[in-house]
Amino acid sequence: MENFIELYKEETKELLNDVQDTLLELEERPDDRDLIDRVFRAMHNMKGNGAMFGFDNISAFTHDIETVYDKVRDGELAITSELINLTLEACDQINLMLLKPGADLGKQQEKVDQILREFAKLLPDKAGKKSPQKSTVLQKSGVEEKKQTLYLIHFVPPHDLFLSGTNPVLLLRELLDLGQGTVIAHNDKLPPFSEFDPQKCYLYWTIILSTSRDIRAIQDVFIFVEDESEIQIKEISSHGDFSAADFDRVKEKLKQSDQLSFKEICQLFDAKVEEISLQEKEIIGKKAALQQKEGKKDSVDKRHSQESEQTSGIRVSSEKLDNLINLVGELVTIQSSLTQQVLKNSDSQYLLIAEELERLTAGLRDIAMEIRLIPVGTLFSKYRRLVRDLSRSLGKEIKLEFEGGETELDKTIIDRLGDPLVHLIRNSIDHGIEPPEIREQNGKPRQGTIRIAAFQSGADVTIQISDDGKGMDPKMIHARAAEKGLVPENMPMSTSEILQLIFKPGFSTAEKVSDVSGRGVGMDVVRKNVEDLRGTVTVESQLGKGTTISLRLPLTLGIIDGLVIKTGGERFVLPISVVQDCQEFHIQENVQFKHRDILEIRGEVIPFIRLREHFSIGGKLPPIEHLVIAFVNDQKIGIVVDEIEGEHQIVIKSLGKLYRRVEGISGATILGNGAVALILDAGKLIEIAEREEFAAVQNL
Amino acid sequence: MDENQTITSAHYLTFELDQEQYGFEIENVQSVLDFEQITRVPRTPDFMRGVINLRGKIVPIIDLRLKFGLSETVKTRESCIIIVNIDMNGEKTTLGVLADAVREVILLEPEQIEPAPKIGTHLKTEFIKGVANYQGSLIIILEMEKIFTTNELLLVHKSGSGVETESEAEVTAVS
Repeated sequence: MENFIELYKEETKELLNDVQDTLLELEERPDDRDLIDRVFRAMHNMKGNGAMFGFDNISAFTHDIETVYDKVRDGELAITSELINLTLEACDQINLMLLKPGADLGKQQEKVDQILREFAKLLPDKAGKKSPQKSTVLQKSGVEEKKQTLYLIHFVPPHDLFLSGTNPVLLLRELLDLGQGTVIAHNDKLPPFSEFDPQKCYLYWTIILSTSRDIRAIQDVFIFVEDESEIQIKEISSHGDFSAADFDRVKEKLKQSDQLSFKEICQLFDAKVEEISLQEKEIIGKKAALQQKEGKKDSVDKRHSQESEQTSGIRVSSEKLDNLINLVGELVTIQSSLTQQVLKNSDSQYLLIAEELERLTAGLRDIAMEIRLIPVGTLFSKYRRLVRDLSRSLGKEIKLEFEGGETELDKTIIDRLGDPLVHLIRNSIDHGIEPPEIREQNGKPRQGTIRIAAFQSGADVTIQISDDGKGMDPKMIHARAAEKGLVPENMPMSTSEILQLIFKPGFSTAEKVSDVSGRGVGMDVVRKNVEDLRGTVTVESQLGKGTTISLRLPLTLGIIDGLVIKTGGERFVLPISVVQDCQEFHIQENVQFKHRDILEIRGEVIPFIRLREHFSIGGKLPPIEHLVIAFVNDQKIGIVVDEIEGEHQIVIKSLGKLYRRVEGISGATILGNGAVALILDAGKLIEIAEREEFAAVQNL
Repeated sequence: MDENQTITSAHYLTFELDQEQYGFEIENVQSVLDFEQITRVPRTPDFMRGVINLRGKIVPIIDLRLKFGLSETVKTRESCIIIVNIDMNGEKTTLGVLADAVREVILLEPEQIEPAPKIGTHLKTEFIKGVANYQGSLIIILEMEKIFTTNELLLVHKSGSGVETESEAEVTAVS
C-alpha cells in the first residue's frame, strides 16, 4: 500500500503542476474552453484518486473546487484573476495536505474553509449565501433557474468493476446529486449461487434522472469507468417538471417488469413528454462513440489518447536507475580493461569477443544514459508561477519566455538545477528588470522579458537566463568587490573578468536585503551548485540592455569522455569537453616570453601552468613536453604535461569525504589497467594559479 | 578517553608501525590487502597518501606513521593496507590504513586494557583507547573513530607545497 500511496502522491503532484500550468495559460486566454476542461478534469481526477487512497480531505476539497469549475464550464462564472489566484492558492494547499497528511489538521481545515469561502464569494449571489462546504448545495443553487431535462441512463459495468476499486454505489449517489431521479437495479444477470463469485459485479442499473445540468455532467460521473462499461444516456424530455411522485410511480412500474423498453418508460411520463422519437438523442459511453462527437469533445479525446500514450511507459524509481548506471559504469571499466588485456596478448580469437563486448557495452551505456534524460521543459514550467507571483509583489510587469524546452538533460542534473535557476530568475526579477515607469522613461517597453533558453552545444547543454533589464555596471561591481576585499583595488581587470566577480563568495550587490534575494549567499552558491554538476557558469551583461547568464552543463553525470594525460608517471584525466587543442611544447621555442609562463598561439596570448610544478610531481623532464589547451569559464589556459595518452571513456567516481576539499581535482576514475587516475578541474586550476601568482607578486 | 567503554572482551587486530605494536578493534576491519600502487592526490597532507581502487571503489589511504610523526611507510614484503569501515561524523566511510606488518587477531578482556597514560606516548591521548599488555608486549589500542574524525582528516590545504603539508601533518600528530 505504501507504494501505491507514493504513486498517488506522485500522480497528484503531476496533476497539480498541470493545473498550475493550465491556470497560468488560462490567465492569458480566459476563453479557452479546453483549458477550463483541463482544470476541471485534473480536479476530478484528484478527487477520485484522493478518495481511493484515503486522502479524504483532499478529495472533499477538490470536489468543491471542481464544482466551481463546473460553473465556469457552464458559463455561469467567468475566469478572473481572483479566481486564478484563489485556485493557485488552493493548489498550494492541496500540495501541503499531500505532503503532510495528518499534520495540523485543524489548521489545514481552517485554511481549506477559508479558501472555499473565498470561492463562494466569487460565485453568483445565491450560492454565496449558502455554506460553501456543501457542494451539493452549490450545485442545486443553480438548478431552480434552469430547465430540467429528463435522462434515461443505462449503466452496465464490467464484471471486474470492483477490481479497479470502483464502488458503483458512490457513482450512483453522485449521479443523483445532479438532480432528482430514481435508480433501478437489475439483478437478472446474477448467476446461480454455485457459480457466484463475490468479487464480480453482476448488477446493472437503469437510472432516470431529472437535472438542469447538461449531458456532460452525467458523462463526467462515469469518467473512470466509461472505457470498460456500457453506458447509454438518452434524453427523454427536455422540459418539464417532475415531482417525486412521478418518480415513485415510474419506479413501481419498473420494479414490476425489468425489461421496460425505452418507449414504455417514456410513456410513463407521457403526460409531460412530447414526441420523443423526434428528439431522441443517444450518447453511448464507449470511446468510439465519443470520438465521433465534434467540437470540444475532441480535446477530451486528445487528452485520453495522451494518457494512454503515457501509460505505455512505466514508472521506475530513480534509485533503480542510479543502480543501473553504477553497474553499467563498472561494466564499462571492466570491458576496457578486458580490451586492453586482449590487445596486449593479441589473441585474435578473444579480440573478436572483446570487440563484440565493447560494442554491446557501448549500446547498453547509451541506453542507460538515455533512460535518465528528461526534457528541461519540465523544469521551466515550474518558474511560470514564480515569475508571476514575484513580479506582482514587486509591481513589475514581466513576460516569461521559454525556448528549447525539449532539450534533454540527465534527471539528476535537472533535479539539482532547480534551486540555482530559481535564484537566477529571482535575481533577474528583483535586480534586472526595472519597474515599468523607469522602463518607459528609458524607452523600453513597459513589460520586461525574461527568457529561459536551453540548447545543446556539443556534449554539453547550455541553459541561458536572460533579461532585458538594467544590466550590470562593471565599475560598480569592481568597486564593490574591492570594498569587500575580494580583489585588490588596483588590480586591472577586463570587463568579463569583473563580471565573473559576482560569483565570488560574499559578493552581493543588493543594496537592501529583501526576502527575494540579496542575502549574500547568492551567486557563489549558484556557481558551486553548477560546478558540483561539472558545469560552468558565465555572465554577460550590457549596462542598460540586460544580462545573460549561461549555465553550461554536461549532458549526463557519471560517464564522460576524458583525455588521459601523464606527468612524471602519474596519470590524470581532463574532460574532453574543456579540451580545445593539444600540441607539442618546446620551451626553447618560446623565446618571446622567456621568463613568463605565457605563450602565443595563433596570435592569442595564453597563460600556461606546469602540472609538474603545480602538483609538485617529481620525476625527470621528458625531452618533449606536451601542451593541452583548455577553455573554461571564458578563459583559455595551457596545461603542460609530459605525455598525452589518448581519449578514453571514463566513469567518474567520487574521491569521498576525506578528499572533499581538494582543489583542482573533481573526482577520480579507474583506468583500464585498474589504476586510479584523478580528474582535473581546469576551472579550479586557473583559480588556484591566479590566487597563488597574485599572492607571490604581492610579496615582491 | 572512555576507559570503561569496553565491558565485554573483544577481538583486536594487531599490527606494527615502526616496530611498535598497535591494535584495532576487529569489527571495524573489513580486509587486509597488499601494499599496492597508491595514486597520490596532490596538494593534500602527506599522511593522506592517496587513493586506491578497491574493487571499483575509490578508497583513501592513510599513513599512520606520518600521522604519528614517524617516517613514511615504505613498501616491504610485509607491509600491507588494512581496510577499515568507520563512522565518520555520522557517515559510514571506508578507508585504508598503511601498516608495516599485520600480526594477529587477539582476544582481550576489558581488564587487560589499561587507560592510556597522559604522557609518554607522544600521541594525542584521545587517539588511544588504552594500552594492553599481551604476552609480554605492549599493544597500543587505537580509538579509530577518534583518529579519523573529520577534523583530523579533512585538513586539506589551500596552498599545498610539500614543506607546509609536512609541518601541519606533524602538528596534528605530535600535539
